[in-house]
Amino acid sequence: MFGTTMSKKILLNSKEIYIILHRLACQLIENHNNFENTVLIGIQPRGIYLAERLVSILKNDYHISNIKSGQLDITFYRDDFRRREAPLEANKTNINFIVEDKNVVFIDDVLFSGRSIRAALTAIQSFGRPSDIELLVLIDRRFSRHLPIQPDYRGMQVDVINEEKVTVNWKEKDGKDAVYIINN
Amino acid sequence: MSQLSVQHLLGIKHLNKADIDLIFKTADHFKEVINRPIKKVPSLRDITIANLFFENSTRTKLSFELAEKRLSADVINFSASQSSVKKGETLIDTANNILSMKVDLIVMRHPNVGACDFLSKHVNARIVNAGDGTHEHPTQALLDSYSIREKLGDVAGKKIVIVGDILHSRVALSNIYALKLQGAEVKVCGPKTLIPKYIESLGVQVEYNIKKALEWCDVANVLRVQNERMAINYFPSTREYSQLFGINKKLLDSIDKNIVIMHPGPINRGVEITSDVADAEQSIILNQVENGVAVRMAVIYLLAQQIQHK
Repeated sequence: MFGTTMSKKILLNSKEIYIILHRLACQLIENHNNFENTVLIGIQPRGIYLAERLVSILKNDYHISNIKSGQLDITFYRDDFRRREAPLEANKTNINFIVEDKNVVFIDDVLFSGRSIRAALTAIQSFGRPSDIELLVLIDRRFSRHLPIQPDYRGMQVDVINEEKVTVNWKEKDGKDAVYIINN
Repeated sequence: MSQLSVQHLLGIKHLNKADIDLIFKTADHFKEVINRPIKKVPSLRDITIANLFFENSTRTKLSFELAEKRLSADVINFSASQSSVKKGETLIDTANNILSMKVDLIVMRHPNVGACDFLSKHVNARIVNAGDGTHEHPTQALLDSYSIREKLGDVAGKKIVIVGDILHSRVALSNIYALKLQGAEVKVCGPKTLIPKYIESLGVQVEYNIKKALEWCDVANVLRVQNERMAINYFPSTREYSQLFGINKKLLDSIDKNIVIMHPGPINRGVEITSDVADAEQSIILNQVENGVAVRMAVIYLLAQQIQHK
């Protein structure tokens, strides 16, 4: 549009993402061994691709079978219901096991304010009381947190100003793997 | 689309196809929620809902109340038999008194046609019609369609017969609107005296022979004979009604296809439907009840979403 400039800068390319995903998978193995008592939960809508990718790396490259994974939608647990201009749209929750006494790892693409993770912490309680919960994110936006929430595993830490948006593209959804910083 | 086109749910007549699709999509999510170990979400924790029942109800009232509680709303209940209505208070006064207690949404059942519509114009709250006289019962029609969609995959193109007292039935009228909107074919079947005169103008066909109606349909939605709404006798005897229009196992076995049996409840066992049919495998009566909670959660959630936070 006239008078506005939108810039798009690439932060990570597909090769860099590949390396980071393998590092994150190895870090998970370091802490969870054979994943016997661990469940990986992708946060809807964008965390599920990262979760699927990690599960497939763990299975195919590190031969860990029987990884329990699920998808958690947090729409009904958000703290901005009726406070947004656009209505919230729910996504599918797909958890067909109980998380009682399990080690849960939340997986999301970008950690920004921490509010999604706050909602996820409440939502997961509907499926039992986990013994502990960890957080894995591909991109950790530093200095942007509204809540005292920090990741246990991070792909990359970035400093961006609030007007800038970090978007993660996935091959299976958007055509190719890439992370961009978009400035509106 | 992720927002309803209406501010109140007064009747199916005011909805469009996209509204119904949105309600069903949202109900799918809530159906998953109510099958979790903890069946509750906190979305509506700052919303207060009043259930005003000026007419008797068991399952609709329980279903609404459960839906509201599963969404974490605060709920107050009111039934006319124990209230000041008996002392002569008007509907608007009753509602405004309740609204002074900061209620955001009203679910109302009323014996008079148009009571919800009237209320929506005079009080400042979202209204959900839980049945107004012989007019509409929109959430029942939505849960009926939702159950058909769940059982048969889709409502469009399906043949549905509504059997029984069409004249006094708000379930029938709402169902006709909902089914036609979704592209289903609809027939009604019952004694001539209980079929409204101009029913064809709604785009439905009339069939007086129950066997022919069942042979034609994919789904039979069997209604209760509403003795309480009949000031005169519309048919000679209950026995004759059940012989001519009652659905029994023998009748079902005599047609060579498997049709789905529905009933909005409460059932007069042995009158409009026999016990072996009501409890048969092809009956989805109890699924309707479960789906009722999910559909009502969706309706309330979507209406509450429009109430701006102050």
